[in-house]
Amino acid sequence: MNTLSTPARIRRSLLLVLGLLATVLLGATSAQASSQPPVQALHPVHIPATIQAQNVDYRIGGVLRGVDGPIADVTVTATGNGFEGEATSGANGAWSITVPEQGAYEVALDEDTLPDGIALAEGQENPREVTFANTSSATTLFLFGEGIVSQQTSFLETLTERALAGFSFGLLLALSAVGLSLIFGTTGLTNFAHGEMVTLGAVLAFAFAAAGLPIAVAIVLAVIGGGLLGYVQDAGLWKPLRRRGTGLVPMMIVSIGFALALRYVIQFFFGGATRQLPGSQSEIINLGSVSISRNDLTSLIISLVVILVVAFLLLRTRIGKATRAVADNPALAAASGIDVDRVIRIVWVIGGMLAALGGILWAYYRPGVSYNMGQQILLLIFAGVTLGGLGTVFGALVGSIIVGLFVEISTIWLEADLKYVGALLIMILVLLFRPQGILGRRERIG
Amino acid sequence: MDFGNILVNAFGELISPTTAAYALAALGLAVHFGYSGLLNFGQAGFMAVGAYGYAISTLSFNAPLPVAVLVALLASVVFAIVLGIPTLRLRADYLAIVTIAAAEIIRYIVTTNGLTDVTGSANGLAAFEGGFYDLNPFPPGTYNVGPLGMNERDFWIRIVGWSVVIIACLVVWLLMRSPWGRVLKGIREDENAVRSLGKNVYAYKMQALVIGGVLGSLAGIIFTLPRGAVQPANYATELTFFLYTCLLLGGMATVLGPVIGAMIFWVVLSLTQGLLYGAIEVGAITFLSNSQAGQLRYILVGVALMLLMVFRPQGVLGNKKELAFA
Repeated sequence: MNTLSTPARIRRSLLLVLGLLATVLLGATSAQASSQPPVQALHPVHIPATIQAQNVDYRIGGVLRGVDGPIADVTVTATGNGFEGEATSGANGAWSITVPEQGAYEVALDEDTLPDGIALAEGQENPREVTFANTSSATTLFLFGEGIVSQQTSFLETLTERALAGFSFGLLLALSAVGLSLIFGTTGLTNFAHGEMVTLGAVLAFAFAAAGLPIAVAIVLAVIGGGLLGYVQDAGLWKPLRRRGTGLVPMMIVSIGFALALRYVIQFFFGGATRQLPGSQSEIINLGSVSISRNDLTSLIISLVVILVVAFLLLRTRIGKATRAVADNPALAAASGIDVDRVIRIVWVIGGMLAALGGILWAYYRPGVSYNMGQQILLLIFAGVTLGGLGTVFGALVGSIIVGLFVEISTIWLEADLKYVGALLIMILVLLFRPQGILGRRERIG
Repeated sequence: MDFGNILVNAFGELISPTTAAYALAALGLAVHFGYSGLLNFGQAGFMAVGAYGYAISTLSFNAPLPVAVLVALLASVVFAIVLGIPTLRLRADYLAIVTIAAAEIIRYIVTTNGLTDVTGSANGLAAFEGGFYDLNPFPPGTYNVGPLGMNERDFWIRIVGWSVVIIACLVVWLLMRSPWGRVLKGIREDENAVRSLGKNVYAYKMQALVIGGVLGSLAGIIFTLPRGAVQPANYATELTFFLYTCLLLGGMATVLGPVIGAMIFWVVLSLTQGLLYGAIEVGAITFLSNSQAGQLRYILVGVALMLLMVFRPQGVLGNKKELAFA
């Protein structure tokens, strides 16, 4: 598949278009979804008995609720389709207007009937248009008071803030991703247990801190513990498997088994609860017009420094050159006198340490330590690595930063619980256009 | 410790609808991985598509049972095609990552608060199984299967679940001994050789992905019916990994392997649970709490998956020559 003939190329671009269409369709449904929440965030509407008794088909209604509770005796009118109706909110704040048919109505709230001291929140349209087609009732919410006024920050400020948070998140992903990518580069293993190596770092830091050590010492010990796990893993599991000549797919499945076992071992000792590391609450620092929490800023600086150190080691030291040689061609590296097994062992130790550090920073970023925290970002780490190109260290760095930025910036438009979807979709899309990733080489794909 | 009760519980798992669903989904994985060599790590996503397709068409559109099942199956076909277009040309490990990502995307989408009206978000959907139980021909009463007594609803779902498993096994068996199946196995062994014979490898892979996905979707429906609820947390990546454990237990390139694998998986889980809880109850084990005993079982699943892969990758029934990897 390395060289494409013209028809194949045309077919591929056709498929791309199809895939894009599908993605756009998916995107459209989720966009639709995010425009809905004002309607469904409503409390169940309790209709006053007098109105319920009429029991007619089409209704416009809502609940008027201020900071102090429901607002009664407020007049709301609906006009449209040659109809005019009026209702007064009941003791529970609910109002409902029966209308003759579906369609668009202008709904107005009479602000003169509002009690003293209560006013519509800023940006609340009044009168407003309410449209309904397929349902028998439509709800519209009027929001009151300062308590619910949406915060007005400029878009650019929000964007910078999200981007800064995303950069911090991306760099902590990169810590784990660089380790994963190094391991993949030197051994060919797609390590599904990397998420548990991330978790273990945070859990160890928590355990050492809970034992009374100062947090800085606990973090250092946890990182050393992560390195130890890498060492033990390679010595006890992966090296013997390489000796046996186990294929890459079986090794991948073994790593899944290992991940499951390790995850539940951690849960066995740590329990299912989420706990906080010392200092997980930190103040917000204002940098000009942009604010970031102190922990996020510290995390950003630490990961940046560590990644620069790793890059220096890879580019400037003997062992770094040896690592790159093994990643390029293990047999040739062995032939030129490099001890391949030793290099791989060092890569596992470094990968374990980086993952542990990434886990600790992730525990501060979320914030919280839980037994499945590593599993939650495993796919994002994979996304970063695949985006950049499997096996390329700097690709993993670039890919992770893109994923981090994308996750955080997408929360401006997407609901927060969908923020990982964007990052995963972007990974699939990049694989469509450039299967080898941004910095990857062609021969790495099948 | 009541050994009789523990054994009866284990027997109950042997024929439970959950076991049937696992068997069916693992059979789908056998079509994907065992016969075609496609490393699909998104089977949980296919199951979620089936379960939600059925539940949403029943609840939101009042679709009758056959229509709802059809919608669920069609949804999984569409999902397979959308998933297959970008991924089937990729190498095995890329395919694994993309399919697992796609399954998680499905789970995030059904969990999001923005779609609560349709999917029920994290709470999921419930009360959609009425249409299925309305078809129950068995009058109310107690039905005994071996030592196990159950009501007419439990009896009906077991009959239907295992009938679907038997039919699916027959279909897969017939497919795999047909010329089509031989081409598929050829692709698993050497893609380029099959391509040089003039076969459209991509189309064959896509067909395999669709068939395995449809089996996964059916499994999702059977998984969710006896619970009377579908919740996104049930369709996390662990589900896929448990299915792989079942598949590898039984033998990946066999028809009966996934079924037997699923049975062994659930019987062993039930036995270890019964024995551990029993030992804790009588005080023979004092260093474990009940929830820790539960976690211990899943540690065993992980270790079993590793050991199987290393020492007996062909499983109970499989033939070592017929492995998707050398």
